[in-house]
Amino acid sequence: MSDPKKNDDSDYETTGHSWDGIKEYNKPLPRWWVTVFYITIIWGIGYSIAYPAWPGIRTATAGVMGWSTRANVAAEIEAQEAALAPINDRLASVELSQIATDPDLNGFAQNAGGAVFRTWCAQCHGSGAAGAKGYPNLLDDDWLWGGTMEDIHTTITHGIRNTDDPDARYSEMPAFGRDGLLEREQIGQVVNYVLDLAGEAPQDPSQVSAGATVFADNCAACHGEDGTGDRMQGAPNLTDAIWLYGGDYASLHETVTNARFGVMPNWNTRLSEAEIRAVASYVHGLGGGEMSE
Amino acid sequence: MGILDKHGVLEKNVTLLATFAFLVVTVGGLVQIVPLFYLENTIEDVEGMRPYTPLELAGRDIYLREGCYVCHSQMIRPMRDEVERYGHYSLAAESQYDHPFQWGSKRTGPDLARVGGRYSDEWHVDHLTDPQSVVPESVMPKYGFLSARLIEGDHIQDLLATHRVVGVPYTQEMIDSAASDFAVQADPNKDYDGLLERYGEKVSVRNFDGAPGITEMDALIAYLQMLGTLVDFSTFTPDASR
Repeated sequence: MSDPKKNDDSDYETTGHSWDGIKEYNKPLPRWWVTVFYITIIWGIGYSIAYPAWPGIRTATAGVMGWSTRANVAAEIEAQEAALAPINDRLASVELSQIATDPDLNGFAQNAGGAVFRTWCAQCHGSGAAGAKGYPNLLDDDWLWGGTMEDIHTTITHGIRNTDDPDARYSEMPAFGRDGLLEREQIGQVVNYVLDLAGEAPQDPSQVSAGATVFADNCAACHGEDGTGDRMQGAPNLTDAIWLYGGDYASLHETVTNARFGVMPNWNTRLSEAEIRAVASYVHGLGGGEMSE
Repeated sequence: MGILDKHGVLEKNVTLLATFAFLVVTVGGLVQIVPLFYLENTIEDVEGMRPYTPLELAGRDIYLREGCYVCHSQMIRPMRDEVERYGHYSLAAESQYDHPFQWGSKRTGPDLARVGGRYSDEWHVDHLTDPQSVVPESVMPKYGFLSARLIEGDHIQDLLATHRVVGVPYTQEMIDSAASDFAVQADPNKDYDGLLERYGEKVSVRNFDGAPGITEMDALIAYLQMLGTLVDFSTFTPDASR
């Protein structure tokens, strides 16, 4: 870069500043740098003409390219929806029972439903759908409100016991202990009976027979005389040793005393019909799905 | 050279240099900032927005105190992937009563701008108490102590009044009844007609944490369950220029 002809101080122009005999060279910026600098200025002017930039009295200039974040995202979503419209329309309109029998539709529903599940459902039901305490396991065939496509579809659409959707499935177990419907002694008896019913060891076997009476008088209306539950009201089957809130004596005692009230949001305001059907197919296909009657 | 020669005067007088430097920066700042306060493009009035109820505002203070914003943003960007995951992109107006706004800058956890109604109250209690009990892969710390901390709302009037000073349109009536509004929102057995009258029919009134008394857990869940639910997007038509 250096110019061989300029190798002496006197070859350079100075700024004319001089302090104690020290002079300051006036070396201009490199030409490439200055050129880039001017180009950026020109670019900046062009950019502010092309894109929204200059403030006016009421609005800012919109830019000659008509660029808009909102329009862009709307167009992108529209394009995606248009691309999927044929299969989504078919998914949303066929009979629920037909989805599984159509290989194309079923393949799409399983994959789309898996994506919906991991986005919206996994936080409660687990990323592998195994649930957690208080949040049902969706892998097994023990259903609270029914395991057919129609049942699952209704549950996802309207949710459980929420206040936002009047069509939400609803039932409420009484708080037998807290509200004084049963004596503490009776609760102990019925918990022993339920443990026995489920084929587990009662804490105090001598209370089982007394518990049977308490059960018949207070619990059988919803859970059935044989304790196998009632899906019309989401009353769990108590004979299968599958517990949503724990099946040890203390947990059951807590359940009978204060009752449980699991809530699921309605998804019809957040997901489209096709998405709800897709995730219903996915859940139905996880292992416990039941055939419609 | 004329004016360029005069430049030497500025270079040799520090007071003059400071004055002129200040003027230049002022003009630059005003041109960039002032238009944002009056341009129709940048101010969008959206139906449904309302000031936070006293309980929600108290919950918001807990959200700030615990530093939730360090890991959670409240800003859904206008991109398809974000809209599909979180819901409609955030509008500036949805932060209009936030002082300061909670857009955040980092997502260790998910965005919370539309978390309201997405999970049940019980889930929030379980998740705040022990996040790993419902989301095993979560790295969120436990906030179970919130359930043990009762709040009285002694200073809730002052909190509302302070927010009014910075521009939130709380009426005198809202401030006067702040303490009672605070108490009734977490207790559906009390008379909450006044609360709904002041803040709208959509305000959720229930025992958020399912336990007696008003705890910090109640307030935080009341705030979380409201997030992103105020604007009804089924009736909202986006104006592309905003």
